[in-house]
Amino acid sequence: MRLIAQIGEWFDRRLQLAAPIREAAEHAVPRNTASWWYVFGSAALTVFLLQLVTGILLALIYVPSASEAWSSLQALNHDVTLGWFIRALHGWGSNFMVAIVLIHMVQVFLFGAYKFPRELTWIIGVFLLLMTLGMAFSGQVLRFDQDAYWGLGIGASIASRVPIFGPAIVKLMLGGPIIAGATLSRFFALHVFVIPAMLIGFVCLHLLMVLKLGINEWPMPGRIVKRATYESEYHQLTKKDGAPFVPYAVWKDLFFAAFILLAVAACAVYFGPFGPTGRPDPTIIQTVPKPDYFFLWLYALLSLLPPSLETPALLIGPVIVIAGLVLLPFLSGEGEKSWRRRPIAVLTVLLIAVTLGTFTHLAGFTPWSPHMNAWSGDPVPERFLHGTTALERQGALVFQVKQCRNCHSLGESGGQRGPALDNVAARLTQDQLIRQVIQGGGNMPAYGRNLSPAETTALVAFLATLHPAGQAPAREAARDVVLKQSGSAP
Amino acid sequence: MSNENVLSRRGLLMKMGVLFNGLVATALTVPIVRFVLSSITRGRANAYLSWVPLGSVSEFPEGETRMATFRNPYVTPTDGKTVDTACWVRRVAGDEFQVFAVNCAHLGCPVRWFPQSGLFMCPCHGGAYYRDGSRASGPPERGLFEYPHKIENGLVTIQAGELPTPGLSATLLGKKPPCA
Repeated sequence: MRLIAQIGEWFDRRLQLAAPIREAAEHAVPRNTASWWYVFGSAALTVFLLQLVTGILLALIYVPSASEAWSSLQALNHDVTLGWFIRALHGWGSNFMVAIVLIHMVQVFLFGAYKFPRELTWIIGVFLLLMTLGMAFSGQVLRFDQDAYWGLGIGASIASRVPIFGPAIVKLMLGGPIIAGATLSRFFALHVFVIPAMLIGFVCLHLLMVLKLGINEWPMPGRIVKRATYESEYHQLTKKDGAPFVPYAVWKDLFFAAFILLAVAACAVYFGPFGPTGRPDPTIIQTVPKPDYFFLWLYALLSLLPPSLETPALLIGPVIVIAGLVLLPFLSGEGEKSWRRRPIAVLTVLLIAVTLGTFTHLAGFTPWSPHMNAWSGDPVPERFLHGTTALERQGALVFQVKQCRNCHSLGESGGQRGPALDNVAARLTQDQLIRQVIQGGGNMPAYGRNLSPAETTALVAFLATLHPAGQAPAREAARDVVLKQSGSAP
Repeated sequence: MSNENVLSRRGLLMKMGVLFNGLVATALTVPIVRFVLSSITRGRANAYLSWVPLGSVSEFPEGETRMATFRNPYVTPTDGKTVDTACWVRRVAGDEFQVFAVNCAHLGCPVRWFPQSGLFMCPCHGGAYYRDGSRASGPPERGLFEYPHKIENGLVTIQAGELPTPGLSATLLGKKPPCA
């Protein structure tokens, strides 16, 4: 024991770090900040450290070359002892990191912690969020599989829409005219050197400011932040009702950090690593590329925006969002901190959460995408064929063969791009059906050129049978009148 | 030196040191920037684009659309399979061809050809195109990208080398297909 103390003294005489570290650890924090709500920042840091360690371990095997990367991932998954586990830790770590950073941000926002004097801490936090998302995207690229390849294509298509500079930005991003070796190499450099270096620097600044400015006190309704008085009030608070951070508050951080690491490890063991999916071979087009979890909402948004709004939304939207986040502490740097007195802040968070959640949910089953195999794979349910004529059955065949099923469901199977057709005859008259099939419209292609008159007749005859048992098919009222006047029954 | 207006010897040397570093940094910036931007500047000279054959005319039956693959004309040693590219070749009649990029004009996902319904469909966001490449429905704002093509010695040849993206439409792949 004495030897260890002596060695410690030897080092500290030279480093002189013990005193400042002790001072930082034992600095007084407001007593009520020793809360389970205050653990997300340290949890984000913990997961970031896990990402650093597992990232370095992966780099021992991974080859950042477009021709080798996929095979080296296979080797990690199958040949290297516990390679699959390190990949799984890194992949799940990234999911957890994005989630925890977002939760941390919401907590800071709702607790008013971005207000004076912690504006810069918040702004750096915004950049840390952007870098975390940058790590998530570049990490998905390094998992160089089909999703990564086509994901890069989507990124390039978005970047190319920038006016004037678009094509140049695409070439800069891809490292050449196409997605190839240079593309992977530069995303490797971004993911492994550039963004982590910036992250480490910004995390240090972020932490330094938390230490210098003190942790945000628990917001009390009615306790108003004013630039003139806040600092002395905070000083008073820590003096009167403060406790040393270590050990008074730190134990909760420690417990939560360990719990999060355990959760990441549990997910890694239970669910395993992400991919890689198929080889990144652009000649294999039988693929349905999808982004990773945290970008699914964007995938949904890009399908649902009207085409004319897409480019402006893609190019101006992020600028507005980032500017809004950066300007937030300047727009409301003073005033109430408590969420109980800030209903608009709470509603904003709820609105954003519900929006992102809905988009993510929709992207899980992509109702806007045609089901590429529905026409050949999904059977026509028996009840739609029972008691039908030969012509109507021929129509059912046309319905399948012409891939109508890829976008329209029958009996709940098939695409959801267009409306379900189970009851279409109750909505559209025969004439309307013919017009819709031949001319298209309302986001449906025109089939006039691809159907012979006989096929159209058969198809419409089949569609006209699709109505509920007790409900007559739609008819044109005027036609009934005309037929009645001319003396023949309808 | 108590007078602040007088430049001391040390002060002058320090300023010269800063200036010297500034000059060296500027001199180094030029090659660094040129290196970083090399992927753009080379593209401007159009060195990427060249004519590549897809196969003989007889491989593509009249009135049909077939997939063809080609190797990107510009290859580096670490590219692996990524330089192999697919495209859709439509032989309208005789020597009249259309060669479409597989990349959807919306966000670049690979579109698939369905001969039965005469449509190209995109699996990502639901874009659809008619057989002549014009937009049928969905989020794309235009028709499929077309490669410039010619028939040479009985071979269908296209000018390729760049990833078709919506932003390129103004320059390389500007020819919009006629409306269906």
